Amino acid sequence: MRIVFASGKGGTGKTILATNLASVLADQDYAVAYLDCDVEAPNGHIFLKPFITSREAVTIPVPEVDEVRCTRCGRCGDFCPSHAIVCLGNAVLTFPELCHGCGGCTLVCPEKAIREIPRAIGELTRGAAGPIQFVEGRLQIGQPMSPPIIRAVKRHMPRAGIAILDAPPGTACPMMETVRGADFVVLVAEPTVFGLHDLTLAVDAIRKVGVPYGVALNRVGPGGDGVERYCAQANIPILLRIPEDRRIAEIYSRGDLAARTFPGFERWMSDLFGGLRAVVRS
Amino acid sequence: MKELVVLSGKGGTGKTSLVAAFAALAERKVLADCDVDAADLHLILTPRTLQVQEFQGRRRARIVPDRCAGCGACAEFCRFGAIAFDGPGNEAIGRTYRVDPLACDGCGVCGHVCPSQAVEFSIGRDGEWYISETRHGPLVHARLDAGGENSGKLVTLVRQRARAVAEERDLDLLVVDGSPGIGCPVIASVAGTDLVLGVAEPTLSGQHDLERLAGLTAHFRIPMAVCLNRADLNPEIASATERWCQARGIRLVGRIPYDPVFNQAQEQRKSVVEVGGGPAARALRDVWQATHAMLTAGRRFGNGRTVCDSW
Repeated sequence: MRIVFASGKGGTGKTILATNLASVLADQDYAVAYLDCDVEAPNGHIFLKPFITSREAVTIPVPEVDEVRCTRCGRCGDFCPSHAIVCLGNAVLTFPELCHGCGGCTLVCPEKAIREIPRAIGELTRGAAGPIQFVEGRLQIGQPMSPPIIRAVKRHMPRAGIAILDAPPGTACPMMETVRGADFVVLVAEPTVFGLHDLTLAVDAIRKVGVPYGVALNRVGPGGDGVERYCAQANIPILLRIPEDRRIAEIYSRGDLAARTFPGFERWMSDLFGGLRAVVRS
Repeated sequence: MKELVVLSGKGGTGKTSLVAAFAALAERKVLADCDVDAADLHLILTPRTLQVQEFQGRRRARIVPDRCAGCGACAEFCRFGAIAFDGPGNEAIGRTYRVDPLACDGCGVCGHVCPSQAVEFSIGRDGEWYISETRHGPLVHARLDAGGENSGKLVTLVRQRARAVAEERDLDLLVVDGSPGIGCPVIASVAGTDLVLGVAEPTLSGQHDLERLAGLTAHFRIPMAVCLNRADLNPEIASATERWCQARGIRLVGRIPYDPVFNQAQEQRKSVVEVGGGPAARALRDVWQATHAMLTAGRRFGNGRTVCDSW
């Protein structure tokens, strides 16, 4: 089962829930993998403290032009929608940082003058946190494109057992790339004005993908019941309510797992899993 | 005109609350919300929209079922995993290939390799952007459609329009609310700006992501300052972050305490400095003063770049 933790707003608690759920399910002898798809700001390693077994570059193929074969016909530049290859009179220029790696220029070149060379845009780290299989993608600083890194992480998704994916915040392509192919999405939200607004955006996004989903509410305090009303009206199950408690924030700040130290947290994770499994089965 | 971009790396550290406070405190400015896929600033500034425009991000492919011969060349050459063999059938074959518009990059390779000319491309709507008026001055903001493509292009557009508004109205300052992370929309929001203010929190995650953000601003040679939000949550990590900033030559412009007034202000659709004079409001005023001083101290050169040599 592939479970994604996502949210419209940042900082609502995706990583705290994803890492604690992974830890609690591993304790219950499930085969668990944690995949950090928040490749711009990957934080799961801080909580799971994995033993790293491999690091490899994530690359995309970018064009290299053979100046001798090239006749400056300009078809590559006409084809490329990202303007990553441009033919200007007597010269062909490439701009690797703009290239999406589609391979189109090599296909349209009539002289076979373009070959593709790998260009590193990030890093894929694999390891183990006790029994938990750990995979992390990390966008190289200064690189704009995170979807290829997310795809690289997802290629290491185990076929069996439970895969827990930690998504980047927002509703744009990196979040959608993470959610694609999931069995269930947990939308982590906080009951604030911003939290409600961004939850509605995230729900719109998830509905486009057509994956079953539910809401986990974090930092529930007095007032702010707008999110509860919205979920009731939109018929969205609320699978978990974590109360506002400064002690949880402090545990989080130190990089510790709340399920190990905060009374009741482990039980919340079990209940969350039970709740979402019931939705997936129905 | 000077431009300030508020960023954080990690999400949820308080960027928008800070920008809302700056909106109330700064004079002669235009505001821009560049967190285009989860924009929240308008919830506080309750704008009156003057102008709405459609945003077109990227073209997308579509396979016309009647023309698809089922050869599979498109799926074989697509590098984005966007083509599946699950489309409707036609007179010749039971199933056709189909493009998932959410995964399509719009590169055009499928159209090039298709022997049946079955692929069509169209550019559609990916969101909209607005020029609005608020109680604190003009606001340029946007809404990327759910799963919309090319948020960086929309960020660039919002910043361009906000600069134009500033010029039209002869305003001195542009304050930009950025998005979390360090990828495409963030890179689009920092290019050529005068100062980045990073909103950090004293957690190991916050520290880790602040370091990545500082790496990004250094990469693009943009001056950066930092303020610590919820500064009293973990004093040990807070002082570690301060020391780290010092070592990197990054100025710390203030510490804002953990305070429920942030949520209360949101409920009232106001900024923290508008609801009262508690410790968080006082700290925000200090942060604004220090940030403003940095912005005005920077010397401006012909290319629009600012070299801040006073700190």
